[in-house]
Amino acid sequence: MSFLQIDNLHKDFGATKILKGVSLEIEKGGFLVLVGPSGCGKSTLLNTIAGLEPITSGEIRINGNRVNDLHPSKRDIAMVFQSYALYPNMTVGQNIAFGMEIRGVPKAQREKAIGDVSKLLQIGHLLDRKPSQLSGGQRQRVAMGRALVRDPQVFLFDEPLSNLDAKLRIDMRTEIKRLHQRMKTTIVYVTHDQIEAMTLATKIAVLKDGYLQQFGTPAEIYNNPVNMFVADFMGSPAMNLIPATIGAEGNKLTVTLDRGERTPIVLPITVPPKDLSNFKDRRVIFGVRPEALTDPDGADRNATQLATADCHIEVVEPAGSDTFAVTALGGKQVVARLRADANILPGTTTPLAFNLSKAVFFDPDSQNRIV
Amino acid sequence: MSVPSQDNAARTGIFARAIIYTVLILFAIYYLLPLYVMVVNSLKPLEEIRQGNMLALPRQWTIAPWLSAWSTAQIGVTPSGLKPYFINSIMMVVPAVAISTILGALNGYVLTKWRFKGDSIVFGLMLLACFIPFQIVLIPSARILGLTGLAGSIPGLVLIHMIYGLGFTTLFFRNYYEAFPTELIRAAQIDGAGFFQIFRRILLPSSGPIIVVTVIWQFTNIWNDFLFGSSFSSVDSIPLTVALNNLVNSSTGVKEYNVHFAGAILAALPTLIVYIVSGRYFVRGLMAGAVKG
Repeated sequence: MSFLQIDNLHKDFGATKILKGVSLEIEKGGFLVLVGPSGCGKSTLLNTIAGLEPITSGEIRINGNRVNDLHPSKRDIAMVFQSYALYPNMTVGQNIAFGMEIRGVPKAQREKAIGDVSKLLQIGHLLDRKPSQLSGGQRQRVAMGRALVRDPQVFLFDEPLSNLDAKLRIDMRTEIKRLHQRMKTTIVYVTHDQIEAMTLATKIAVLKDGYLQQFGTPAEIYNNPVNMFVADFMGSPAMNLIPATIGAEGNKLTVTLDRGERTPIVLPITVPPKDLSNFKDRRVIFGVRPEALTDPDGADRNATQLATADCHIEVVEPAGSDTFAVTALGGKQVVARLRADANILPGTTTPLAFNLSKAVFFDPDSQNRIV
Repeated sequence: MSVPSQDNAARTGIFARAIIYTVLILFAIYYLLPLYVMVVNSLKPLEEIRQGNMLALPRQWTIAPWLSAWSTAQIGVTPSGLKPYFINSIMMVVPAVAISTILGALNGYVLTKWRFKGDSIVFGLMLLACFIPFQIVLIPSARILGLTGLAGSIPGLVLIHMIYGLGFTTLFFRNYYEAFPTELIRAAQIDGAGFFQIFRRILLPSSGPIIVVTVIWQFTNIWNDFLFGSSFSSVDSIPLTVALNNLVNSSTGVKEYNVHFAGAILAALPTLIVYIVSGRYFVRGLMAGAVKG
């Protein structure tokens, strides 16, 4: 049973359409991440769930109740803002207790709630400070404390980590995940960072230009992107999207990757997608993630379709945990992910293994995946 | 090879600096001279002034002109000094400043954080009010004061000054609140705070600098106003500026220049004090509004 449901949501600002019919749902205790490039409408979507923006049409239900016209404070939600939005004139303790104070919760009960939350987040020693005296990470904790103390049905996070430095961001990411595992409260989380989306989510919704592109588990989104936008957006380094031609050898389909003056690479496709045969002798986009394009020794032993081809390595980028090698295929720069100790030199030609069971094909006209 | 001489550059610097400081000091003297003349002559007996030499220090120091200006000088037909008019001005300025500041803050709050259709038109109209010359509104104002029965009273003056100041106070607060993070308002909404709770608990505590700016601005303008004061006051509601004019024009045979000087300083004193006490905030608040707005 889904807990938070969004049905065909439209949102216009005057003549500008921001959300163009988004439908989503998340089960109780789920972690929904809304991800997309800036301007895709993800923050607006979150604000409509919070009730901070009125919607043009559609319906939002929390726990079965329609909340379209409810005031934000009546929706039983709590929100953590990108800028933390701590009240500058109040101490940390007052910040956390402000909502309870407005609702007329007795002082003793407020004190107890502040105590519980500050213990959970380890901010007990900060309670008498003003927000201006806190570091970025501490402010982040206080902002989460203010949300936690409400014990809401849904938590809303609006890019909560984007103002932190890189190391702290990773620490806080783990902390949010741990908190979610402990509290088991439903969370809707907005980010433009696809790694945050992958690591935190139980469900990811990828948005672009006000349309929902794909909605699914992190693994579905990563392994089976529905179109080139999702394929390109999720994953770092991004998926290699190589212009290619579909051919046939006997009754087997092949994919041909052009290499300019060198002889093209022809790879057999043993288990092609059903519609791929319609693209015979036509151009397609061949999508292969860097980790599915590797040195033969480092290739996935369980892969069912492995094909090896010699590639000319142009650039080598050791990254410590892996080594990235850049080659050129189909006129595009293509990144391969090799073992850290792969002995490889720029300017040489070396065999690379293509894991074709992980490869995907896209129609270059519609940009959609060929299934 | 010629290397630019450090020495030379330094010397040019000193020379330019000397000129700048000389000019600045001359201007400072030029601007302070009238105040000096006023202070010095208000502390002299009348005979010393009549002998000429306005710039000389008093040979015989006296505060009699000040006492006279305050409580016994002839103003119009009554020898009351400026004291009752000083009180009139206070009675007029304090409520006018307070009300226009509070309303300006509310206007700024609504115009930035509770946007509605046509809000920029409303703001534009209020801005326009800042540019309307006083003289144009004299007759309509008189008519309205007459209709409301407030003509010639201190509440009438308060009303006129409040309305006339509203454009400025709204402008100040709107620009200040424009830079105030909207996420804070949203956080407070989710916390369940209402319109006035957000205003009082979140916005006002952060409005210190702009409140100081507005209060100084309004206080100075209303305190120094002569036109409305002379047009809309009656015998018992005359403000200090008008009384000062009457003091200077009431002749009992001799022109008591020392008393006039003392009276003029008395009339200017409150605004001076306000500036000296909170001038720092004035500049800071104006900058905050200007840069961030």
